[in-house]
Amino acid sequence: MSNLQQPANLLRGIPVKVRNLKKAFGAREVLKDIDLHIPAGQFVAVVGRSGCGKSTLLRLLAGLDKPTSGQLLAGSAALSDAREDTRLMFQEARLLPWKKVIDNVGLGLSGDWRPKAHAALEAVGLAERADEWPAGLSGGQKQRVALARALIHQPRLLLLDEPLGALDALTRIEMQQLIERLWQQHGFTVLLVTHDVSEAVAIADRVLLIEEGEIGLDLLVDLPRPRARGSYRLAALETEVLNRVLSIPGSPPEPEPFSPLPTQLRWAN
Amino acid sequence: MSLSSTERLTHRLAPWVLPVLLLAIWQLAVSAGWLSTRILPAPSAVIEAGVNLVRSGEIWTHLAISGWRAGVGFAIGGSIGLALGFITGLSKWGERLLDSSVQMIRNVPHLALIPLVILWFGIDETAKVFLVALGTLFPIYLNTYHGIRNIDPALVEMSRSYGLSGFRLFWHVILPGAMPSILVGVRFALGFMWLTLIVAETISASSGIGYLAMNAREFLQTDVVVLAIVLYAVLGKLADLAARGLERVCLRWHPAYQVHKGGAA
Repeated sequence: MSNLQQPANLLRGIPVKVRNLKKAFGAREVLKDIDLHIPAGQFVAVVGRSGCGKSTLLRLLAGLDKPTSGQLLAGSAALSDAREDTRLMFQEARLLPWKKVIDNVGLGLSGDWRPKAHAALEAVGLAERADEWPAGLSGGQKQRVALARALIHQPRLLLLDEPLGALDALTRIEMQQLIERLWQQHGFTVLLVTHDVSEAVAIADRVLLIEEGEIGLDLLVDLPRPRARGSYRLAALETEVLNRVLSIPGSPPEPEPFSPLPTQLRWAN
Repeated sequence: MSLSSTERLTHRLAPWVLPVLLLAIWQLAVSAGWLSTRILPAPSAVIEAGVNLVRSGEIWTHLAISGWRAGVGFAIGGSIGLALGFITGLSKWGERLLDSSVQMIRNVPHLALIPLVILWFGIDETAKVFLVALGTLFPIYLNTYHGIRNIDPALVEMSRSYGLSGFRLFWHVILPGAMPSILVGVRFALGFMWLTLIVAETISASSGIGYLAMNAREFLQTDVVVLAIVLYAVLGKLADLAARGLERVCLRWHPAYQVHKGGAA
C-alpha cells in the first residue's frame, strides 16, 4: 500500500470553514456563534470544560448531528459533500465485538480490502493481532484498531473525540506520538477534542478553547517538532491555556444555597 | 494446580455416584418386590422394552414421526417469530402496529387452544405442527425483538458513519448484535417444542412417542411408558446440545463462549 506512506509534502487535508455555527438542543444553546477557519493539514486541538460544546462541534463536523444554523464548508464546497473523506474516532473504540480485528478495520469496504487492512494494522503496530477477537485486546490496542479503521479510508479530515481519554498515561503518550507520526505522513487535517491541556499543546499546531459555546482562546503553538515533553515553552503555553480555563468558571457564581439544616457542613458540598 | 490422575478420575465420577446409586436402589426395590411393576418397572425392564422396540424397528418410526413434527413445527414457528421480531425490532411503525397484539396473544397459554385446534384441524398432523409452531414462535419473537432493541446504539452510529446502511448494516451489525439474544430464544423454543409435542401426542395421535406411551398405558406396559419418558428426556437433551453447539459457532467472538481462553486464535 503505497498510499499509506505518502510523503509529508503532499498535503491532502481538507481546509475547514465554519461560519456562524449555532447548535441548540431544545432551549439550551450549546454552540452560540462559532466562526472558524482551519487551513488544510493543520492539527487543531479543541479544549474546554466538560459540557462546553467541544464534542458537539465535532459531531456537527462529522455529520452525526445537524447544525441549528450556520455553515460547514470544506474549502468552498459543503462539508457534507466530503463525508467520504471525513472519519471520526470516538471516545470508546466502538469495535464490533463479533468481527475479527482485521474485519473491523475493513468495515464498510468492498472489493479486495484485506491487503490494505493489513497495511493499516501494520501502521498502528498491530499486524500480528489481525485474526483475534476485539475482546482480547487492551483499551489502547482497541483504540489503535479504531485508528487503523479510520486511516484505511485515507481521510482528509480526521476528527478525534477524546479517543485517548480512557487510556493510562503511558499508553496515551504512545498513542499521541502514533497519531502525530501518521498525521505527518498523510497530511490530513486533524481536529482533536480533549480535556487534557498538556496533551493539546504537546501535539497540536493550534489550540482552541471553547467556553460556553464560544471560542474563548485561539492559540498558535509555534514550536518545532518533535517536541520535547516537559519543555519550558510547552509548560508556559499550557499554563496560559489553563489560566484562561480556570479564571472563567463554568457558570456564573451562584449565591450560597440556603441550607435547611443548621448543622449541615457547608464545606462538604 | 495439578491434580493427580486418580483425583481427576474421582472428580469426573463424582456427579454420577448419586444417579447410579438411585438406579441401583430402584432395581433392588423392584426385584425384591417392594415396588409393584404396575407402579414402576425395573430399570432392566425398561432397557429390555427398548431393545425389543429397536429389534422390531417400531421405535424408529415413532421417533421419526415425532422428530418430523417437532422439526417442522419449530421451523415454521421459529421463522415467523424471527420475522416478526425483525419487523418490530427494526421499525418503529412495526413495533407500534404489531408488538402489543403479539404480546396479547403470547399471554394465552398455547396449550389452552388444544380443543379449538382439534376442532379446526381434527387430530391429524396439522394440529400438532400448528401447536408446536405456536409454542416456539413467542420465545423466538420476544428474544429477537429484545436483541435488536438492546444493540449498543454507539455501534450503530459508528457503522453508519463508516457508510453502512440498509441491508449491510443489518447483516454486519444488527443481526450479529442480536444473535446472543436470538439464541437464548432458540433454546427456550426448543424446550417449548418438546413440551408442546408431548402434550399434543399424548392427547391425540396414532403414531409418535406420545402415542407409544398412551398405547402402552392401555395395556399396563409401564416399562414402555417409562421408556417413552426417557426418550423424551434424551431428545430434549439432544436439542439442548444442538442449541449449545449453535451458540459455540455463532458466538465465537463472545468472551463467555470462548473455550480456549488466552490462546492465539
